Amino acid sequence: MVCESWREKLDTYLDGELHDQEMRSFDAHVRNCPSCSADALRRVQMKRSIQAAGKRFTPSAEFRNRIQKSIATRPRRSFKLGWMLTTAATVILVAGTLTSAYLGNRSARDLAYQNHVLSEIADLHVETLASSSPVDVISTDRHTVKPWFQGKIPFTFDLPELKNSEFSLLGGRMTYLEQTPGAHLIYDLRKHHISVFVFQERSLPARLDEKFVTPRKLSFTTETWSQGGLRYFVIGDASAADIDSLAKLFKASS
Amino acid sequence: MDGNKSTTALFYYVDVSAADRQVDSFEELAMPLFDQLYNFAQWLTHNREEAEDLVQETYVKGLKGFSSFQLGTNFRAWMYRILRNTFLTSRTGLKATMTIPLDPEEEGPEPAIEHDTPETLLFERTNRELLQRAIDELPIQFREIILLCEVEEMSYQEISETLSVPIGTVMSRLSRARKTLRDSLRPHPQIGTATSTIARGTNYGL
Repeated sequence: MVCESWREKLDTYLDGELHDQEMRSFDAHVRNCPSCSADALRRVQMKRSIQAAGKRFTPSAEFRNRIQKSIATRPRRSFKLGWMLTTAATVILVAGTLTSAYLGNRSARDLAYQNHVLSEIADLHVETLASSSPVDVISTDRHTVKPWFQGKIPFTFDLPELKNSEFSLLGGRMTYLEQTPGAHLIYDLRKHHISVFVFQERSLPARLDEKFVTPRKLSFTTETWSQGGLRYFVIGDASAADIDSLAKLFKASS
Repeated sequence: MDGNKSTTALFYYVDVSAADRQVDSFEELAMPLFDQLYNFAQWLTHNREEAEDLVQETYVKGLKGFSSFQLGTNFRAWMYRILRNTFLTSRTGLKATMTIPLDPEEEGPEPAIEHDTPETLLFERTNRELLQRAIDELPIQFREIILLCEVEEMSYQEISETLSVPIGTVMSRLSRARKTLRDSLRPHPQIGTATSTIARGTNYGL
């Protein structure tokens, strides 16, 4: 078969590891050869499945903290000890400078991460509302919506009682943030749609600050907090007071 | 003298900051890898406790050896190499290496090209667990290279650094690993293909 010489290199091609020239001629061949392109597609799907199946184990938060502590503190003393004896004053001065630089860096990085997460959340919110079938479980009954998530997400959470409030539950769906599965609930308040997202805190790649500042360019109001190991986000175009009262209902119920 | 003093102070400043920066950066470099290293560790050990021990030892060794780590070279590959070497010298690791297929890798024909497509069959009854089980059952050498390539999305160069083998070996081992995985995902594995690769390895170990 003519294509055998191509097939031999198909995996290397899909790994993006052929030389430029070869990559280009492969591109051209795959475009024009139905059988190779079908094969390539199957292998890409296989790669994706393996990638998804391979992300399987998550360390516990307790273990992460233990390791973080063990690598954060220990060596500093030994590095500094000699110098401190001779130039204590200089070291203190320097340490001060370094600490502030370090904290400055860290907060800049955290802020960038928070903005990134928030844009993702806003995208999920908008994308879902724009979809023709925004929710997968359509129900106003929290006792229907909650069990629906069972077995779909690796945690459980409580939905608030909405009697005596202006909110009504429209339904829910599964969602992903940074490859982490979570729950997405949609509420209605005087025709405003508000999303509530729930994720496992430890599955998110970094910690988020409680005082989450909404970037001005986003026209949504958001609120986020962490409770019982879960990270909640409330987002919508309703007023900050409305968003906050929905957040309070959640905080009270969990 | 004033001039002398400030020179001395400057000297200390540079030196201490370098030491401090280094310590900070181990944490900064290593913590983002935490989840993926843990995932890889549990794939290797099949056991939560052992995975935790393995990750812990990796971080301790990494921190200790960080001064010898060449900045500018690949830190991720370096950490994975520590984890892997630690695993291979552990009891579970030694046992696992008993089942490595020991075919000469550089020479010998590449696996035959397949015309039928187990992938399609897989996707029809697709099933994350099925795939996970198949990966779990791969000999350690195949399991690790599949994970490094597909899950960690390492380049061949990075894999070569992690496993301390030439790129040619990475390519041929990866190709064999993929073939073994595909074979094992066939609904009825044909005797004489996947089974024999694994069996041969096992016998060799014994």
